Amino acid sequence: MVGIPTFIHVFFIWLPTIASGVLSFTSWNGIGLDKIRFIGLKNYTDLFTGVYPPFWPAIQHNLIWLAVFTFVATPIGIFFAVLLDKEIRGTRIYQSALYLPVVLSLAIVGFIWQLIYSPDQGLINSLLGTAKTPDATDWLGDRSINLWMILIAAGWRHVGYIMVLYLAGLKSVDPNLKEAAAIDGATETQTFFRVVFPVLRPINLVVIVITVIESLRAFDLVFITNRGLNGLELLSVLVTNNIIGEASRIGFGSAIAMILLVVSVGPIIYYLTRSLRAEQA
Amino acid sequence: MTVTTAEPPAALATAVALRHRRTPPQRVVLQGFLILTSLVWMAPILWAVYTSLRPYAETARLGYVSIGGIYNLDNFVNSWNGAELPKYFLNTLIIVVPAVILTLFLASMVAFAVSRYSWRLNLLLLMVFTAGNLLPQQVVITPLYRIYLLVLGIPEPLSDNGRLYDQYLGIMIIHIAFQLGFCTFVLSNYMKTIPRELNEAAVVDGAGVFRTYREIILPLCRPPLAALATLQFTWIYNDFFWALILMRTGDKLPITSALNNLKGQFFVDNNLIAAGSILVALPTLIVFFVLQKQFIRGLTLGSTKG
Repeated sequence: MVGIPTFIHVFFIWLPTIASGVLSFTSWNGIGLDKIRFIGLKNYTDLFTGVYPPFWPAIQHNLIWLAVFTFVATPIGIFFAVLLDKEIRGTRIYQSALYLPVVLSLAIVGFIWQLIYSPDQGLINSLLGTAKTPDATDWLGDRSINLWMILIAAGWRHVGYIMVLYLAGLKSVDPNLKEAAAIDGATETQTFFRVVFPVLRPINLVVIVITVIESLRAFDLVFITNRGLNGLELLSVLVTNNIIGEASRIGFGSAIAMILLVVSVGPIIYYLTRSLRAEQA
Repeated sequence: MTVTTAEPPAALATAVALRHRRTPPQRVVLQGFLILTSLVWMAPILWAVYTSLRPYAETARLGYVSIGGIYNLDNFVNSWNGAELPKYFLNTLIIVVPAVILTLFLASMVAFAVSRYSWRLNLLLLMVFTAGNLLPQQVVITPLYRIYLLVLGIPEPLSDNGRLYDQYLGIMIIHIAFQLGFCTFVLSNYMKTIPRELNEAAVVDGAGVFRTYREIILPLCRPPLAALATLQFTWIYNDFFWALILMRTGDKLPITSALNNLKGQFFVDNNLIAAGSILVALPTLIVFFVLQKQFIRGLTLGSTKG
């Protein structure tokens, strides 16, 4: 009863994770298991010393992604959840509008925003009157701005996601708490930060973990836009390029995957101890 | 969710009501702000719908930001036929339906065992499943790709090349393996809220473990199963990555992964991209409009208890 599902999960998820770790210390082109050579830490030293140029930009882009999600998109999502938690007319309609992007795949999100950003036919350049002129801004092609443009599209979806999660949390808060605070003369802002926010500690943790994990998982949107090149490099894209690219460098790709793993292990453990401790209680 | 039964005292209620009545201008500002935000939020999608309804020749003549000219459904017909969308929709269907059913079936068994019986390994098992679900896909992909190429001897109806690589089965399996984590977590949380006495009563009545699972616990889990089915359908439908790496034959790609090839090949102008996007998004939009409650319930089940 437990055996088959556990086998499937361990064999297809955990075994490859461990294998990634082992392969990250090897050099292998993927052909013939006997060709695997252990080279120690060379893949890692190559990465950190800049032998592989896209590495540091990818790290930087992942960090920017994380920062924008954490300090902009997630707070906006929470803000909307707080606004929509009030008894206002039409709240269901507003909720639906904000959460609509959440059901769309990131590939489709990429397509939809291309309609807005493209230089010749896009909405922004058409509005600016620069469409089909040399003055047109290539919002997704110009490497000094394209990451930010992609983050708007990614954030557009992330805000709705956080809003839905947080709203569910807010609904579970005892309304008497808020009323008591109001009676005591607290303003709505004070009530939220001093009363509601601390009570929502469990959901705050979930939101933080989701924000971090989503930032590390980012892939689809940049890949559909330009295969993650030219200003849109991300760790996830580099891993992919090293296995399906023209030259498959399994060991090297695995080393990048390991760095991704090490960064995600923190939030995963945080989440596990949090949620499982709550379970024991 | 917290259950609150106590009504606020009358005095308190009037005090709150007074507070509200005193601030109508604030309410107006709030309503205005929310209407504006909602419109801004919907704008990209509305823009896609508007663009999709106009033939390319019209937008080339009048510009994309314009009103007038011809409106029709040609872009939808052209992208449906030209990009052979039905073929890819069918591929998705072949993968999604068995994947969702098997994921829920397997996850419910693990959840049942973990939540209804006290074993020493319960906590470890739950940790393995939950953590596995949170891993970035790229951490697994390199060895997984090799495993998919190495495994041989899968019989004919399941695989036409004996491997997992380039097969519907392979894509299905990795979805099941990954999603088992989330579903097990959610279902075990739910099952813990079912009184244990039900198990004991079943045992007294002579029901075995499997009968208890099938005839007592599973029927009680209909609400989370419905929510998870909705959520899993959307997630697997929307997945872009697995098939991108683990499928080679373009004709076998599920619809979301196929978009990458269709871009530039059939979707040559923004009008066709818009129509194609809407067609591909349609199943998930139906989920949005028809099963919104289930979808949100599925999402929030993972983060709040019960």
